[in-house]
Amino acid sequence: MTTLAMAVSDSLTITRRNLIKVKRVPDLIVFATLSPIMFVLLFRYVFGSAIPVPGGLSYAEFLLPGIFAQTVVFGSTITGASLAEDLQKGLIDRFRSLPMARSAVLVGRTVADLLLNVLTIGVMMITGLLVGWRVNTSVGEAVLGVLLLLTFAYAMSWVMALVGLLVRTPEVVNNASFIVIFPITFIANTFVPIDNFPSVLKTFAEWNPVSAVVQGARELFGNVVPGAPEPQGWALQNPVLYVFIWVAVFLAIFVPLSVRQYRRTAGR
Amino acid sequence: MTDAIVVEGLVKRYGATTALDGVDLTVAEGSVLGLLGPNGAGKTTVVRILTTLLLADEGRAEVVGLDVVRDADDVRASIGLTGQYAAVDEYLTGFENLEMVGRLYHLPRGEARARAGELLERFDLTDAAGRPAKTYSGGMRRRLDIAASLINRPRVLFLDEPTTGLDPRSRLAMWEFIAELADGGTTILLTTQYLEEADRLADRMVVIDRGRVIARGTGDELKAQVGGQRLEFTLARAVDLVEAGERLRPLAVDQPRSDEQSRRLSLPVRGGTEVLAEALRRLEGSGVEVLDVGLRRPDLDDVFLTLTGHAAEDVPAADETATDPVPAAGGSR
Repeated sequence: MTTLAMAVSDSLTITRRNLIKVKRVPDLIVFATLSPIMFVLLFRYVFGSAIPVPGGLSYAEFLLPGIFAQTVVFGSTITGASLAEDLQKGLIDRFRSLPMARSAVLVGRTVADLLLNVLTIGVMMITGLLVGWRVNTSVGEAVLGVLLLLTFAYAMSWVMALVGLLVRTPEVVNNASFIVIFPITFIANTFVPIDNFPSVLKTFAEWNPVSAVVQGARELFGNVVPGAPEPQGWALQNPVLYVFIWVAVFLAIFVPLSVRQYRRTAGR
Repeated sequence: MTDAIVVEGLVKRYGATTALDGVDLTVAEGSVLGLLGPNGAGKTTVVRILTTLLLADEGRAEVVGLDVVRDADDVRASIGLTGQYAAVDEYLTGFENLEMVGRLYHLPRGEARARAGELLERFDLTDAAGRPAKTYSGGMRRRLDIAASLINRPRVLFLDEPTTGLDPRSRLAMWEFIAELADGGTTILLTTQYLEEADRLADRMVVIDRGRVIARGTGDELKAQVGGQRLEFTLARAVDLVEAGERLRPLAVDQPRSDEQSRRLSLPVRGGTEVLAEALRRLEGSGVEVLDVGLRRPDLDDVFLTLTGHAAEDVPAADETATDPVPAAGGSR
């Protein structure tokens, strides 16, 4: 077998193993979607009435792309927590003692989490449709919107993979990553327009990649008012390109770092 | 005979602590080496370096003639490892676990499955094959773990404390499996803190303590290092210990030991049962009441005590993890 064929085959074996867990422990999907569903209800029906949206757009349409982004960003912690769990249980030791590709455990992990994200975004879209969110563009554009979310989610998975391998305790992975994940999902255009943010936060929000993911998704799903003024800043005016730059940078940094950490990681 | 494992001058440091301080050992092809030592002696560190999981700071190691650093991938293809903690995926069934490991050894799917079925049968797990490993008892998990390390028919098998935490019945079963593997010609390096286990399974032993080899040889050779046999008396009254000691002193080849608490007197002696008869004759009419007497060959506990000054089983309670809750060998669905 060539090195590449071996890496692909090993990654598929690990992906399959991770998906079996999703099948056996359906709680995983329930909890990955339960909190975003609660956010939908909370913002749509409680806070939403007090949040003015520019151009007379319905709040549900404004909100849901934000929720999608929040869901995949929060969901990326699953990658880190699962790797930390494998480390704790000695499975990483077992894998490292096998003649398998050094990247396979991480590729298999992130690919399985990508597929899990397809499922959770699906659940969130259905939830959205039920509370009044609509897709106002073509099917092609909507698919691109989903791909944008998934691509960003995949890059975030690799960031969390490194965190998981360094931190080694699933609970700590969750707590530690929220220190970063919380501000990047909330100091953004996710739930409210950023125009009235204090200046420092506004600049942060304008260059925050999560804002760009949300803006890009809003445009691709048609959740913007035609003819409304362009958002400020280059990032939000070119959200898709800006997101892809972040994705490329994340992958270029975190794939090699994570693989290197995996190779030298010793369980327990 | 060629050596399947060669270790020379292995040193491993963690910050200021030295885990391994120049370990040398060899294991002949097809033999079983017992790596013996208390907790924290460095046994697991040796295994981790030999199985390519850890890099040594100094020294070198070869497994089946391959350098564990330079030829790490080829080493991995020739070995099996069962770590201290049963590393099985709890969400996968027994069969899925073995199939996965087989695929990761790059066996074709059909062969991986056939091999999984074969090993489940051999380790009495056929009835539980379709259940997630989460539902397995400690003994069953350990068996599944060993089965996983055998998928690729390794030439060298590393067993790191294979019976720690198992109940006596599972431990006996595990010993039988290991003995069978050894009979089949697999080279085995087994770490243990149970002296009885090494004595029973290993052809040769290496005793390490605080990262250094302190003794090596066969079980008999190690026992010989401690000296010959001992004559042991248990008396009815502790006050008689002095009198008995004086009367028996001429028979002893070294200083007798007595213990008031257990009312025991122990004499290193030479010779066989005639010494025993002579000793009893000397105590006749002395008023010393003997409850029990025996001629004892030293066991490995004596070896350890002599070599290290502390007992082998002198381990922290934290190690007593994972007992076997249900010894359900029959399995049920």
